[in-house]
Amino acid sequence: MSFRKAAGGRIDRNKPISFSFDGKTYQGYAGDTLASALLANGVHLVGRSFKYHRPRGILTAGIDEPNALVGVGKDDAHYTPNLRAPVIELYDGLKAESQNRWPSLGFDIGAVNDLLLSRFIPAGFYYKTFMWPKSFWTKVYEPKIRAAAGLGRAPETPDAARYTQVYQTTDILVVGAGPAGLSAALSASRSGKRVMLVDEQAEMGGSLLHNLTEVIEGKSASEWVADALTELKANPKVTLLPRATAFGYYPHNFIGINERLTDHLANPPANLPRERQWQVRAGEVVIAIGSLERPLVFPDNDRPGVMMAEAARAYVNRWGVLPGRRAVIATAHDSAYRVALDLKAAGIQIATIADLRGDVSGELVSAAEAAGIRVQRGAVITGTRGRKRITQAHVARIQPNGTAAAPEAIACDLLLMCGGWTPSVHLFSQSRGKLTFDEALQAYVPGQSVEKERSAGACRGLFDLGAILEDGWKAGADAAAAVGGVVAPFRVIDVKGSVKESGGYLGALPHGRNVNTVKAFVDFQNDSTAKDIKLAVREGMRSIEHVKRYTTTGMATDQGKTSNMNALGIVADTLKTPVPAVGLTTFRPPYSPITFGAFAGLARGDLFDPLRKTPSHDWATRAGAAFEPVGQWMRAWYFARPGEDMHAAVNREVKAVRSSVGMFDASTLGKIEVVGPDAAAFMNLLYTNAWTKLGVGKCRYGVMLREDGFVMDDGVVGRLAEDRFHVTTTTGGAPRVLHHMEDYRQTEFPHLDVWLTSTTEQWAVVAVQGPKARDVVRKLVGDFDLSKEAFPPMSVAETAIACVPGRLFSVSFTGEIGYELNVPADYGAALWEAVFEAGREFGITPYGTETMHVARAEKGYIIVGQETDGTATPDDVGLGWAVGKTKPDFVGKRALARPAMSAPDRKQMVGLFTEDPKVVIEEGAQIVLDPNQPVPMKMVGHVTSSYWSPTVGRSIAIAMLRGGRARIGETVYIPMPEGTIAAKVVEPAFYDKEGERLNG
Amino acid sequence: MLIINCPYCGARPEVEFRHAGEAHVARPAGTESLTDEEVVDRLYFRSNPKGMTVERWRHVHGCGRFFNAVRDTVSDFFVTTYKTGEPKPDLEALKAGAAK
Repeated sequence: MSFRKAAGGRIDRNKPISFSFDGKTYQGYAGDTLASALLANGVHLVGRSFKYHRPRGILTAGIDEPNALVGVGKDDAHYTPNLRAPVIELYDGLKAESQNRWPSLGFDIGAVNDLLLSRFIPAGFYYKTFMWPKSFWTKVYEPKIRAAAGLGRAPETPDAARYTQVYQTTDILVVGAGPAGLSAALSASRSGKRVMLVDEQAEMGGSLLHNLTEVIEGKSASEWVADALTELKANPKVTLLPRATAFGYYPHNFIGINERLTDHLANPPANLPRERQWQVRAGEVVIAIGSLERPLVFPDNDRPGVMMAEAARAYVNRWGVLPGRRAVIATAHDSAYRVALDLKAAGIQIATIADLRGDVSGELVSAAEAAGIRVQRGAVITGTRGRKRITQAHVARIQPNGTAAAPEAIACDLLLMCGGWTPSVHLFSQSRGKLTFDEALQAYVPGQSVEKERSAGACRGLFDLGAILEDGWKAGADAAAAVGGVVAPFRVIDVKGSVKESGGYLGALPHGRNVNTVKAFVDFQNDSTAKDIKLAVREGMRSIEHVKRYTTTGMATDQGKTSNMNALGIVADTLKTPVPAVGLTTFRPPYSPITFGAFAGLARGDLFDPLRKTPSHDWATRAGAAFEPVGQWMRAWYFARPGEDMHAAVNREVKAVRSSVGMFDASTLGKIEVVGPDAAAFMNLLYTNAWTKLGVGKCRYGVMLREDGFVMDDGVVGRLAEDRFHVTTTTGGAPRVLHHMEDYRQTEFPHLDVWLTSTTEQWAVVAVQGPKARDVVRKLVGDFDLSKEAFPPMSVAETAIACVPGRLFSVSFTGEIGYELNVPADYGAALWEAVFEAGREFGITPYGTETMHVARAEKGYIIVGQETDGTATPDDVGLGWAVGKTKPDFVGKRALARPAMSAPDRKQMVGLFTEDPKVVIEEGAQIVLDPNQPVPMKMVGHVTSSYWSPTVGRSIAIAMLRGGRARIGETVYIPMPEGTIAAKVVEPAFYDKEGERLNG
Repeated sequence: MLIINCPYCGARPEVEFRHAGEAHVARPAGTESLTDEEVVDRLYFRSNPKGMTVERWRHVHGCGRFFNAVRDTVSDFFVTTYKTGEPKPDLEALKAGAAK
C-alpha cells in the first residue's frame, strides 16, 4: 500500500484485509472501498470503456462512478457484474475482476475500436448501421457487436442469494444522511414523530466524512456527525438505515428503498438476506441527496489518473489514500482550491491549478497562492498523455477570442477536474415536481412540488455548509409540523472555516486541435464525446430527448449522473439557445442500479406463483400421471401405463370411457352459488337461457355473454331450490365470471335480492363417465334412486356420496352416461379413492385432461376460449338454441340484435375431415378456399381443436369457418410448411350425433 | 403506488383495487328502443379525455364493492370517489377547485 498515508482517514489500520483484483492479491484495511484500496496500491487502470475499449481508471468516490465497473463474487452463483468500485466495501477475500477486455485488462484486443475503427462508430451508429440486410440483425450485428461492446458478463447459474421485501410506514422519511439530511433528521426527530433516515453509504455523514476544514458548533465535522448519530440512535422513534438507496419515488409518497445487508461481509450469516427492499409510505419526505461534481470536457479527459477533484479530496481525507504524487487541477469552480490545499497538506505536489475563469480571485484562491501553488487564470486543458496512466497534461491559455493558445506540457500522474456542482434532483423529478433552471447557478433546482416533500441542502442548490445545515433543520421541522408534530425551534448552526464558493461551467472546452481526431468524453460509460453530440445536432436533433437517444449520452447504467448537464451545455452552445430551451431528460427510477433479486424478493421458484393442486393430485402422481398446467392449476394430463406414450394412453382412456367407465378429477371447475328470492330473475339476466321454469332438482347448460353479445363463459347450472342455483363455470373463468356477476348485481340490477358466493374451493368434483357409470355410482349413494326414470340426465340432488353430504349431478361432457360427484373439498381425495374402489370390478380407468378434450371434441362440445375467442356469438358456435328468444332482456341481448351479429359470412363452427384420415391438423392453422392463389392468401377460418379420435378411428378437427354451415360438404385447404392439407367440411359432431348413449 | 379512497372502506393502496372502465355509461338494455348506432356508441366508444375523467373501480381485494371515481388523467391522481348510484359530480367545479 505504497500510496497510503502514514496516518489519518476513517479506515481501521488494525484490521488489514486481503483481496484480489484480476487474480492478483492486494492489501487494504477495514473501512476501505475497493476503489480506495486499489488506489492505495497504486492501481488506477481498472476497466475498459464500453465502445472504444479505452483504458479507464477510477473517476469518482461514489455512486456516480461511470468507469470503474467490476464484477464481484466468489463464484458464479454469487457473482454480480457492473458494480461500482467506489461503493464496494472491502472485505477479507473479496474477489473482483475487470470487465469488457480480452485477453487481459492491460492488453485488450478490443482497443482496436479506439485506434482504428472509431470513425466507423459515430453518433447514431446503431441507427445508421443496423438497417440492412434484415438477416444481419440477428446473425451479425446483435451477436458480434454486442460481444465487442458491452459491460460485464451475466452470471449463468441461479442467484444463490435470498432477497426479502418489507412494507413500512413513517411520519417523516429523510433521504440522505449528509449535513442537510442529518440536520433534518435531528429537528424532525425532536418533534416526537417517527423518522426514517436512509443513506446509500455504509457510514452516515456524506461529505462531512472528508471535511477536515470546517468546524460546526465548535466541533470537527466528524465529531458533529458522531454526536448527531448518537442522538438519533437513542431515539426509539428513529430508524436509521445505512447501506440503503432510496431508488424510486412513486405516487403518494411511496418510496422504494434497497438495503444491502451482506455484500460487505466476508462470511454473511445464513439467516440474513442479501438485500431487503423497503416499500415505505411516508407522511412527509425530506430529500437531502446532495450534489454531484461535473467533469470538464476536454480531449482525452478519460485516462486513468484523471479524477474528479472532490473525489481525490475524499480519498485523501476519508481513506488516507494518495491518488497520485503530482497533480494538475483543472477547474471552473472554487471548490477545487480547497481540494488543492487538502492534497498539498497530505504531501501531494500540486503542479498547477488551471482555472477556466480569467478573473478569478477570493479567499480560497489567495490561500492556494499563499501556499505556493501555481494558479493559471484563464487556462484550459487541451489534451493529456499516457495510455494506461496519465503522464502529462497540456495546459493552454484561453485567448481573448475564446480559442486555446499553444499548450504547455506539464508532467503529472493525477489530473483533477471540477466543472462545478450539479444538484441531484433525481428523486424530486421522479416525484413529478417541476424543475426550474437557476440562471445564477446554471443548474436545475426543485421548483413546484407535487408530493408532500421538500428538498434541503445541496440538492436544491445550497453550497454553504452553514446554510445547508440550517436548511436541513428547517426542512425537518417543517415536515414535522406538516404531520402534526411538535415543531423544534429554529436553530442557528454556527459553522467556522467556511468560505463562499462559486463558479461552474457547462459544455465542451476549446482545445485548438483537430475536432475529427480528438475525443473529449461527455458520457464516460457510454463513450459519447462532445463531437458525437455536436454531430447529432448537425444531423437535425433538437430536443435533448432525441440527442440522448441518438448518441446514447446519459443512457448508461449511471443514467448520466456525470454527463447530462455537460451534454445540455454542448447542445445549447451548438444551437445558440439558452440551456432551459433545450429541455431536460426525464429522471426515472431506479436512481442507481438495483438487483433483479430485490424486486423478485421471495417470489422465486415455487413461490413465484401459487400452484393449485386437485384432490387427486397425490394419487395421480403415484399412478404415474403426466401433468399439465391450466392457469395456476396442475391437472393430470394422461395416465400412461408402463410402455405407453401419450398417444397410446389417450387412446386407451377414451376407449374405456366409451366402452366401460372412466373417472376424472373435475374439481377445477369454477363454482358460484347464486342465492336469494330473486336468484332466478338474476340468472335470467346474466345467462342467455330461460331459468324461471327450470325445476328444482334439474340442470341446464347455460351460456353467458358479455354486453357486446359475445360468448364469455358456459357451464352447467343446477337448481337446488327455488332460490338457490349451483353455477359451474370454466376452469379459468371463475374469477372473471364472479366479477362480471357482481358488477351487474351491484350496479345494473341492484333491485334484485340475490347474493353470490364463490364455492370453487369448497367442492371437490369427481366425474364418472361411461356406460358403466351408473353401476359405479350406485355403489356410493346408498338408497338413492339412480334409475334413469328417477334421476335422468341433467338432474341434481343433495345426497350422501361415499357417506359424505354431497351434491350429485347427472351431467356428461363425454356423451356417455355421466355423473359429477361433489363433496366438501377435504373429502375429495377420499372420494377419489372410493370411486376407484367402487369401479374396480368394472375396470374403471382414470383419465386426464387430454382424454376429456378428445371425448368432448368427438361429441362437438365446445370449450370456451378454444372454439371461442371473444368474437363468437352463441349462434357462431352452434349454441343459438340456448338463447331465450322470448326473454325481454339479458346481458348481450341488444347487441346480438345488431345485423352484423347474424351476418351469413360470420365464422361458424364446423367439423373437418382431412382427406388423409391419418393427418392431424395443427390447432390454430389457417384455412383457405383456393390453395393455388398467390400469397398472401385470403384466410377464411382457422382450426380450433384437432385430435386423433380413437372412437371414430381417424383424425377429427373443429374449425371456425366463414359461412361455414353453408359449406358443409365442400373441400377447404390448410396450407402448412410441409404441404397443403385438404379437408372436407362436415357437421361439428363426429360420434353419436343423436345423443342416444346419454340415455342408455 | 396510488392511495385510493374507497367510499366504503377508506384509503387503501392501489393494489387492492381493479379498474372497471368508464362510469356513467348506460348499458344497452334489451328493453330499450335504441338504434344500432346508439348501441355501438354505448358498447365501444369512450370519452378518453385529457384531464378529469369518471371511472368505475372495484375494491376487489377489500369490500368487493364497485364505486365511481373522478381521476385526472394528466396527473394520474384521484380527485374524488363516490358510491355507485350517486350523481356524477360537477367536473367543472372540481376543475376550478383543483386549479386553486
